[in-house]
Amino acid sequence: MSIAAAPSEFQFSHRHLLGIESLTPAEITGLLDLANDAAEFNDQATRKRDVLRGLTQINLFFEASTRTQSSFELAGKRLGADVMNMSVQSSSIKKGETLIDTAMTLNAMRPDILVVRHHAAGAVELLAQKVDCSVINAGDGGHEHPTQALLDALTIRRNKKRIAGLIVAISGDIMHSRVARSNIILLNALGAQVRIVAPSTLMPPFAERLGAEVFHSMAEGLKDADVIMMLRLQRERMSGSYVPSEREYFHFFGLDQDKLEFAKPDALIMHPGPMNRGVEIDSAVADLERSVISEQVEMGVAVRMAVLEALARRIIRP
Amino acid sequence: MTSGKAQGAKTKKSAARSDAAAFINARLIDPESGRDEAGGLVVEDGLIADIGNHLRRNAPQGATVVDCGGHVLAPGLIDMIVFAGEPGYEHRETLATASRAAAAGGVTTIICTPQTQPVIDDVALVDFIERLARDTAVVHVHPMAAITKGLAGEEMTEIGLLKGAGAVGFSDGKRSISNAQVMRRALSYAKDFGALTVHHTEDPLLVNGGVMNEGEVSSRLGLPGVPSAAETIMLERDIRLVELTGGRYHAAQISCRASLDVIRQAKARGLPVTCGVSINHLTLNENDVGSYRTFFKVRPPLRREEDRLAMVEGLVAGDIDVIVSAHDPKDADVKRRPFAEASDGAIGLETLLPAALRLYHNKEIDLPDLLSAMTHRPARLLGLPGGRLSIGAPADLIVLDLTTPWVVDPEKLHSKSKNTPFDESRLEGHILRTLVAGETVYTYAEA
Repeated sequence: MSIAAAPSEFQFSHRHLLGIESLTPAEITGLLDLANDAAEFNDQATRKRDVLRGLTQINLFFEASTRTQSSFELAGKRLGADVMNMSVQSSSIKKGETLIDTAMTLNAMRPDILVVRHHAAGAVELLAQKVDCSVINAGDGGHEHPTQALLDALTIRRNKKRIAGLIVAISGDIMHSRVARSNIILLNALGAQVRIVAPSTLMPPFAERLGAEVFHSMAEGLKDADVIMMLRLQRERMSGSYVPSEREYFHFFGLDQDKLEFAKPDALIMHPGPMNRGVEIDSAVADLERSVISEQVEMGVAVRMAVLEALARRIIRP
Repeated sequence: MTSGKAQGAKTKKSAARSDAAAFINARLIDPESGRDEAGGLVVEDGLIADIGNHLRRNAPQGATVVDCGGHVLAPGLIDMIVFAGEPGYEHRETLATASRAAAAGGVTTIICTPQTQPVIDDVALVDFIERLARDTAVVHVHPMAAITKGLAGEEMTEIGLLKGAGAVGFSDGKRSISNAQVMRRALSYAKDFGALTVHHTEDPLLVNGGVMNEGEVSSRLGLPGVPSAAETIMLERDIRLVELTGGRYHAAQISCRASLDVIRQAKARGLPVTCGVSINHLTLNENDVGSYRTFFKVRPPLRREEDRLAMVEGLVAGDIDVIVSAHDPKDADVKRRPFAEASDGAIGLETLLPAALRLYHNKEIDLPDLLSAMTHRPARLLGLPGGRLSIGAPADLIVLDLTTPWVVDPEKLHSKSKNTPFDESRLEGHILRTLVAGETVYTYAEA
């Protein structure tokens, strides 16, 4: 699983990053090593490099996002790229243009890297087939969110010094979560033991076939966990459709001090954000010493720098 | 005629409780173990302390002795579907009056339906029912909570918290959940908590204003009918959803042969499916409607004789798990109307067992099998400790005279409403004594 080459030598063999699914364990580890270098670089006083100089990066977000979009923007700028943001509010999609026409239009502007978020699973891959540049999936519907899984893994690795053998419990709206899917694939690839914890109504069908152990109670699901990843639950899913109420959800699945006791005493607390304090996570628990929620955001920039750099190396030295 | 004397609430009596009571010279029937023998039983601290043939003549030293005169001593009945009026319909029934009717009928546990005002769809309402029952009822009362908020069939209730508060099951009363997605999610969600979903299956669009069984009789009477398919179609849909979700499912009341077939197939496939039948559908049929008699207007409607026979057959075979009274008190204002405009529902707590004994007297079913459907089977479905004669079980007991005939006089029934379809009926067998947690809550007295 370890790679021979130093991070600076790491060669990424894909033109796009569409999901974790298509990566080998060595490629994942290579990206994490590169990201770790980027994280150290980001600690320095001057945080500007020029590996992406002359390259154009377009952030194409069909779905509103604050942290992912700004994280990609910052990552691109720190590496010297020309970054342009396009959000759905200002795009011609609102005027009825199809996804593929939008892709062709953008392609004609000759960008080097497209960072795409779309509300439909598979949309980013469809777009990637139509353009000549590299495409990074910044989240496609309920399918994948590869950079989130990478930043989660980097955060775990920096705190626990390893990923293999850890028990990672992911709790929340698994059914609608691309974060959960990407994480399950990645953590499995690196040898962690993954659990998913949610009421049946928020579990995808055949969840046990996704590579995770399925639990419907926090007491069992969090038992001896090294890492607890809480996922956001959209409020509209808690008014009787999937879950009866916020009150009931917090009672049975909200991460509070009592439920935290089931996990290992040094279990990391993670959340991809944005958090609903008092719904899926108790406010005090979110702010505990071992909550690494802010570190996840920090690693987000590092991971996106690593992904951009890995793809850029291929663009510059094909 | 019977004139029962119901006694005060059990909480008020507990201080005066004697140490032990022995019930000797009884025919012990425990449907769970199949025990049917002459013997006796000792009650201590509200529980069954000893049981068996050795107590037939001899009581332990110091115990108060009750001679059962050779009559049946059996577990008290558990009635899964009882509309008890409170809160909101106190003019029809209260927990106090329903519980006295229950005691007189040998029912020691009633499960009240959530179709109240307000609906039992919140933890506070479950709590309210439990407190009110503790203060006013002479038998055990457990609420069934709503599956959907306000029984609107749209958003599921706090099933986990409600179960924790004491709801023994979930049902939308006499409303069917027509939205399959809502039903699917409710079954799926309830499964995580091991909660039982009880569903009244009648497709509302097929019911479409029907007021009795659709058939020759409805055509002759010129009344809009409800096809039995309205029930079976919804039941079949539910079975598919149980297959999809694995949730525990109980069809509240089936009433026709096609539904029985659906249940049989579901059980044969190993699905967690059970069903109930009301005493009305076991003993009456559509012909009883006669000349527009509204006391025979119930939901689901009384079916053909052939369907009634299927219900008996299903009960004997064990495919029908539970018999309920479907007790539904309605005042004269809503019953004394033209048939189509009259409210549906019939009281049944007090006549449940005597009416069921008709099947026994007609040699259609054995006594232990008949009692099973009203004792340990509902207890197991609902997770209740009663319904059995075994050491350590709660002393919820009945002493039953199997054969003495009597004629039902609605005015002498304990329920606040008098809408009984057994009005003036001749029944054989009645309760002599009812005990709840070792306390006598009803004794038969000759009028």
